[in-house]
Formats: sequence, structure tokens, C-alpha cells
Amino acid sequence: MAQMTVKERMKIPRQDMPVQDEHVRRSNFDEVATGFTPEHVQKEADRCLQCKDPKCIEGCPVGVLIPQFIKALREGDIVKSIEWMKVKNNLPAICGRVCPQEVQCEGKCVLGKKATPVAIGRLERYVGDYELAHRTCPLNKAPRTGKKVAVVGTGPAGLTCAVDLGREGHEVTMFESLHGPGGVLVYGIPEFRLPKSVVFGEINYAVECLGIKVSCDHVIGRTYTLPELLNEYDAVFLGTGAGLPSFMRIPGINLNGVMSANEFLTRVNLMKGYLFPNYDTPAKVGKKVAVIGAGNVAMDAVRCSLRLQRLQAAKTGEDPGEVYIVYRRSRDEVPAREEEFHHAEEEGVIFNFLTNPVEILGDDKRNVRAMRCQRMQLGEPDQSGRRRPVPIEGSEFELEVDTVIMALGTSPNPLVFVDAEGLQRTKWGTTVADQESGRTTKPRVWAGGDVVTGAATVISAMGAGKRAAADMHAFLTGQTTW
Amino acid sequence: MYKILEKEVFSDVTKLMVIEAPHVARNARAGQFIIVRIDENGERIPLTIADYDRKAGTITIIFQEVGKSTKQLGTMNVGDSVATFVGPLGHPTEIENFGTVVCVGGGVGIAPIYPIAKALKEAGNTVISIIGARNKELLFWEDKMKAASTELIVCTDDGSYGRKALVTDPLKEILAEKGAAVKKVWAIGPAIMMKFVAAATKPFNVDTIVSLNTIMIDGTGMCGGCRVLLEEGAQFVCVDGPEFNGHKVDWDNLLSRLQFYRKEEQEALQQYDHKCKLDAAVAKGGQ
Repeated sequence: MAQMTVKERMKIPRQDMPVQDEHVRRSNFDEVATGFTPEHVQKEADRCLQCKDPKCIEGCPVGVLIPQFIKALREGDIVKSIEWMKVKNNLPAICGRVCPQEVQCEGKCVLGKKATPVAIGRLERYVGDYELAHRTCPLNKAPRTGKKVAVVGTGPAGLTCAVDLGREGHEVTMFESLHGPGGVLVYGIPEFRLPKSVVFGEINYAVECLGIKVSCDHVIGRTYTLPELLNEYDAVFLGTGAGLPSFMRIPGINLNGVMSANEFLTRVNLMKGYLFPNYDTPAKVGKKVAVIGAGNVAMDAVRCSLRLQRLQAAKTGEDPGEVYIVYRRSRDEVPAREEEFHHAEEEGVIFNFLTNPVEILGDDKRNVRAMRCQRMQLGEPDQSGRRRPVPIEGSEFELEVDTVIMALGTSPNPLVFVDAEGLQRTKWGTTVADQESGRTTKPRVWAGGDVVTGAATVISAMGAGKRAAADMHAFLTGQTTW
Repeated sequence: MYKILEKEVFSDVTKLMVIEAPHVARNARAGQFIIVRIDENGERIPLTIADYDRKAGTITIIFQEVGKSTKQLGTMNVGDSVATFVGPLGHPTEIENFGTVVCVGGGVGIAPIYPIAKALKEAGNTVISIIGARNKELLFWEDKMKAASTELIVCTDDGSYGRKALVTDPLKEILAEKGAAVKKVWAIGPAIMMKFVAAATKPFNVDTIVSLNTIMIDGTGMCGGCRVLLEEGAQFVCVDGPEFNGHKVDWDNLLSRLQFYRKEEQEALQQYDHKCKLDAAVAKGGQ
């Protein structure tokens, strides 16, 4: 096949991701994006210009060798592509689905300057899914080192750290407080965005190949404390995430029908509440659901809500109702991943921008009946660089709602720090850890992911887990000291 | 999986189970709770620890069959296993020698008040315990409570055993008689009982500690479904409690939040009962 010219490559349009029709998918929890076909992959891979100085890699928190894996793909060598991928990323099927590519790799792609960037995330997912189905790239384990490591938390940070340390031949035990591993990938991210089979496929494979032990139902801080772990293990990694929900400090937050996005999503995802009563945990919403916030968690909650409404309506024959996003800033400041916002819009979510709740109002039975809100306008930029929303005087109004879900961000759960003397934390409750090595202020304890940064992305947690694993390995093999 | 090692049937609806869970037993203390999930489709239900044996690695739970999950748990037998058993969760009871204290246990709340009474007595307190239930059927552990207390008063609502009274009646008498000599009161039972215990002790200004059992999923501070309104604002029962100052709890808010999933709870129970009947009919037909 003759080489394509740059011009020819640039003529190929960015390939659209096939998706379930929005009218169909609103009534099910199946995955929205159904994945590239080999034809899409060929065309999309052909678009890559194979830059001499690839900027995309710089945009990736773990530095995936993007031009290399795409080159192999377009040459039809998917096994080689997976090998390139796995040099830096153990969990491509997950990252391809949940990374905010538009501000990472794809945001740096030179094609994006003139037209649209290469759909790196979609290609990554394709490679990851192929590997999940075919397992062409075994996880090899180095000879046993005799060192024992405890990894607390089985989300993206812990999982990445555990796999890297397992490959180096260390004996790894992961501790999970819930009844199954995966952390936020399982309790937080809905099935329609990240199927649980993908998460469990990755975890089971790692556990099988590397002999990693997973101890569920263990709450570190209660079942065992950190000092107790340090007595039994040579090193400990804390990847406990940011699991503590925030509630607004406004009247009415304890009315019936007000919940945290964490509670709602855990009911729906981890406990499979959308399959109630075949699963025992109920998840329900009313006819007018307001989700406060506009991050990924808010989009997940609002899209779960509209699906639940339709499942409920299928039983009762009534009108399903409406769902709203209530956000105090404007469209431009929406922090959610672009694709999630777009999908939410398609599915019929109503967006109330520049709107801030000041009180939740109840009826005589203490059920939510409305939210008193005020209109906002954007003022001067604040510390985050975004324009600060300021209330417009006299703009208060009532929004009729019966369910309020708060998706206002989360902070690290302090439970793990019980008796953890010498482990320094910030005033926001995050753990102080070296950005490169992940070392905390307590000897033999490393930390990474949301427990250090506060709520961030899956991929940045994976990056932190990977960097910590490298330093832990160096420490465990005597190449460095504490 | 966590094996059921012993089962004791106190009444048609009240059952005791000893569960093999060394990881929970090793750090367990009076006042803490566990979360149990029966099987892969099960919900996570919080139950206060009734007793523990660190050496044997076991936890004792006592539950009343009120919904689908507890009913299903009640059908399980020695040798069966539950899928999830997590703990110990929440703060343990602060045990000190306070002097004279009163421990009130209502219904299935007799179970969690027992280890507290026992620990308080071991710490040197004079422990006056009051246990009560709707009827004789629903009473249990009178002997154990007797051993864990300096003095024990037993009452039933219908007078079928012990004194015919609500637990608040003897409590008020004790407070009237002993006054400030009573340093603290613990009360565990149905929310409505704890509300009235708190109301009874308020005029005497006696510290009153209640152990709340709210709707909960993870039990580690993650979901916030368990939040309770106190005078100082909302707190989480799972990580801030489960014990709280009963005089500061907004009881009406608590009672209404407990009702939020009532309709779904009934639906689950009905479906379960229906399935049980079908299974029984099939089994009968097969004979």
C-alpha cells in the first residue's frame, strides 16, 4: 500500500463513535457508546500524522506512547499496538472510556489546531477491549522478592499500584471496605458509561496473573489500623480516594428526597438499585429531579435519574418526569467531560445555568416540594481562574422539585487515618505526599490519587499509583532508603 | 463468605446468630456495629454488635424480622454463609466509672445494650437496667442482662411478663428517686422509644446516650444516607455515631427519614413472601 500524504490524511474526517439512539438508551443502563468497528479504526488511525515531536504524549498523565500504538494499529498489528499501550497503561479499556481526552492527549493533538484531533481515546478503548477479549499480552511476574505490600483501596490508584508491584514480584494484598473491588469505577461510574464487566475483567486478570490478594469487607482505620498494617507489611500504599460527600449548608438538606450523589450512584451502580426488586437495594427518584453541580458525577447522577424515571414509568404507565442540572456558573465553566455533557443534552436533561439553590422546601410530610434559588451572574475571575458567580439581587424564585441530588465534589475519607500518627494532612483533609514519589510524611507509607489531590480524574490517580509503585519498588529492593 | 456457627430462635421473629468473622472480632468493642449482606443480590444492613469473642473470632448478632432481608436471614441456618460481613463500624461506647448509670433496652435493642451494660459494670458502675418489649415472646437475654446489671427491671407493654409498663415508666421513677445520683442513661431500641426516653430524662438533665440505626449503605461515611439532624447540624450515624446525645437529636426528622423507602420495602417483602409460597407449593407438588 502506497504511503498516504499528509494532505490525504488530513482529508479523512474524524470518525464518529457509534452510540445507542438517545430515545432508546434513555430507558436502559447499557453502554451508550458501542465502540469503533475495525473500519473506523483504520480510518482514524490513518489520520495520525506521526509527529516527530508528539505533543499528545505530553498531554497524557501517564505518558502513553500514543503515536507508536496508533502506528501499529494502522499497520493492522493490534497485538503490537497492545504491547505499546501496556508499556505505560495497564487499563486502556477503562481510560479509553473515562479520560477527559479533550483536555489531555487530544487537546494537544496538532490536528486539533486546524480541524479536529485524532480520536485517541476511542482508539485506546478499541485496543483495550480487544485485549480484554483476547488476552494477547500476558502480565508477567518477576521472581518473588519476599517483600509484602498492602494497598489500601482498590480504585484506579490502588489497582495500578498493585499491578505494577505485583509484576515486580512483591506479595501484594489489596484492602477494600466495600464488598467488591473497583472503588469509584464500580460505585460511582454508571454501567452505561463504564460497564462493570470491563472493570472486573481487568481486576480478575491482574489477580489471576499476579497472585494479588484482594481482601474485601476490610475498613482500614476500623478493621485494621494503619500502624497495624505497618507491623505486617514492608510498605503501604494509600489509594483511598475522595469518598466523603459534601452537602450544601442551606436549610432543608435533611428533608426526604435530598441525597448525595454518592448515595444515589452507590444505590444505582454498586447495589444495582435499577434492578430492584430483583436486587434488594431500592433506588428511586421523583418526577422532578434536580442535580446540583455540573461535573462528571453530576452528569452521571442526572443521566441515571432520567433512566430510573423511565424504568419507573414503564411500571406505572405515568409520565416519566423531568431532570434538571442546577449549576451556579455558565455553560463555559461546566467541568464535566465534553462527551458526557453532550450525551446528557441529547438525552433531554434540562440545564439551569447561573442558578444557585438557597433553601430546600418541604411539604407537611417532610418531603421535598421545591427549591428556592437565586439567579447568578459572572463577575471577576476567582482563584480557580473561572469567573466568580455573584447573586443577582431580587432574583429569587422557586423551582418545583421532589428530589434533590447534591453533586458538589467530595473529599478524602478520614477513617483510614485513625491512629496514623505522623501522617501529615492539609486543611482540606488531603494527604501530604511527594508528587513524584508519592511518599507521605510517615515512613513506609505512600499515597496517591484523590486522597492526595482531592477529587480528580481516573487517569491522574493511575499516574500517581504508577509513580508510587516505582518508588516503592526502589525502596523495597534497597535501591533507595526512606 | 462468613459462616453462621450458631443460631438461636428467641421467637418467631427474633433470632440470634453467631458469625465467624475474626477480622471483625479482633477490634470489636461495645457500641459498634457491623454491616451484613446476605448474598450477591442483597442489600447492606447495619446491625449493632450484641456480643463478640475475640479468641473464637466470632460476632453475635440479634435481629428482628421486619423486612425482606431480615426475614431471609432468619431462614438461614448453621453452616450457611453470608456474602458480606464488615466491621467493626462506628465509635465504641465510652466506658468509664461514672457511678450510677441506667441502661434501657427495648425489643431487639436488648441485644446491643447488653455488651454496654456488661462493660459498664466491669468498669465499676452501679448498673440499673430496664428491658422491655411488646410482649413476653419478644423478650430475651433476661439472664444475661441480670448478670450484666446490678439491678434489672423487666417490663412488657401488655403485662404478659414482668411489670406491665413502658420502659419509660420505671425510668422516670428511678430518676425521681435517685435524682442527680444517676450520671448517665443509655437507651437502645426502636426510634420512637428512644425519643420518649430522651424526653423522660430531659427534665432531670441527665446525659442520655442513644444508639441510632438509620438507613445506611456503606457504613464508612461515603453515602450520607444515614445523616441525622442534631442541634449543631447534620451528622453521619455511621462515622460520627452510632451513639449521640439523645437530647440533641431531631427525632421527628429521624422518624420521617426512616420511612422514605417504606413503599419499596413493602414491595420487596411482598415479592419475597410470594416467592416463598411458590417455592413451598412446588416443593409440595414434587413430593
